[in-house]
Amino acid sequence: MYYLWVFLIGGVICMIGEILIIKTNITSARILVLFELTGVLLQAVGLFDYVSGFARAGINVPIIGFGASLAKGVIGAVRAKGVAGVFTGGLEATAGGIAAAVFFAFIFALIFKSKTKK
Amino acid sequence: MSNTQTVIFKNKPVIIGSYSIVGPKEGEGNFGEFFDYVMKDDCFGEDSYEKAERKMIEQAVTGAIQSAKIKPNQVDLLLAGDLLNQIISSSYAARNFNFAYLGLFGACSTMSESLAIGASLIDGGHFENIVCSTASHFSTAERQFRFPLELGNQRPPTSQWTVTGAGACVLARKGKGPTIASATFGKVIDWGINDVNDMGAAMAPAAMDTMLSHFRDTGTGPDDYDLIVTGDLGKLGSEILIDLMEDKGIKLGLNYNDCGQMFFTREQATLCGGSGCGCSATVFNSFIMKKLREGKYKKVLFMPTGALLSTTATQQGDTIPGVCHAVVVEGVQN
Repeated sequence: MYYLWVFLIGGVICMIGEILIIKTNITSARILVLFELTGVLLQAVGLFDYVSGFARAGINVPIIGFGASLAKGVIGAVRAKGVAGVFTGGLEATAGGIAAAVFFAFIFALIFKSKTKK
Repeated sequence: MSNTQTVIFKNKPVIIGSYSIVGPKEGEGNFGEFFDYVMKDDCFGEDSYEKAERKMIEQAVTGAIQSAKIKPNQVDLLLAGDLLNQIISSSYAARNFNFAYLGLFGACSTMSESLAIGASLIDGGHFENIVCSTASHFSTAERQFRFPLELGNQRPPTSQWTVTGAGACVLARKGKGPTIASATFGKVIDWGINDVNDMGAAMAPAAMDTMLSHFRDTGTGPDDYDLIVTGDLGKLGSEILIDLMEDKGIKLGLNYNDCGQMFFTREQATLCGGSGCGCSATVFNSFIMKKLREGKYKKVLFMPTGALLSTTATQQGDTIPGVCHAVVVEGVQN
């Protein structure tokens, strides 16, 4: 049953991205930033954990989840260290995700060769 | 009295040879049967798309010289350009040839730019044989202007598809073949469009300006040509051009078309058609050349347009300037 929510929420997020690509001039880089900031905002107002409760991977995996992690990290670090936490918190919380992305991207780039889209 | 932009040639240069090479997707398009060579994959056996692009130019230049039935040592000059920074595809391809080279940048108008300059040099009696060439490649253009393929970026469906292809032809002082009657050198026109997803709108004013100058300088109108063809204005850009010309009292009829619009089939899902230097170059050096040689087209106004932007200029908030060069090519009299 959980899978249905994961699928629905994740699908809606992707659909919004698709609509933005098709209907507007917004570049994919800007859409990425928009989604990430949405995640930060959702976490800041406390809504993210509520949605994540039933949507789980559906909202954790997309970049919205990454934005929320950044926010969560900063909030926690500021509580612990004060102002320095503004700079350290975000990256500390998302270090695993970033390192994994860089590492796997590198490995895949070594193994696979890009091909032109048909 | 406005300055003249058109040269009407007294010693009409002859196109004695031509060659076109395209990628696999392009080979499946509407002009598939007219191209001289269709690559099996767009890497062309090289380990980068940039190397493939210059190999296409090498093959196009060599093929055009062979088609002209002359030897490479009879060629005086190569005029070529492409979309990449420092026009490396053209310059690096020129390394392999033992004739002089002038690199050009006209973006997607490079084919007509090279023909205009080449024809002027031949008409002036300065050279015997000149090769005019240009190319573009989907993947190198993506890397240059948008994102490298490795990013897996999603492109909006309204974007145009940069044609993977190269075209070349040989202009000669004498010989048999279609001739170049005149050339109109275009001005840079910028009407303030800054939407990089809609270059057709940015280039249409340049096409209008060059077309008006050409008609004025030569005393002709749309009905004097069997075909008036732009390079890659696309659907919207073509409609804008037709409207702009109508505002000036000139009606473009069914003899007006756009290479990018004609290039791909509907099934190939390139909603806004083909683009890039290779688009007009390959169509000109295959389909249009055949019709000219057979005498089916007696007079063609070949006028591809170019969007002269760079990513740097766009990122600094600049708008997109366009340019359009036109040449009149006359078919073989039978």
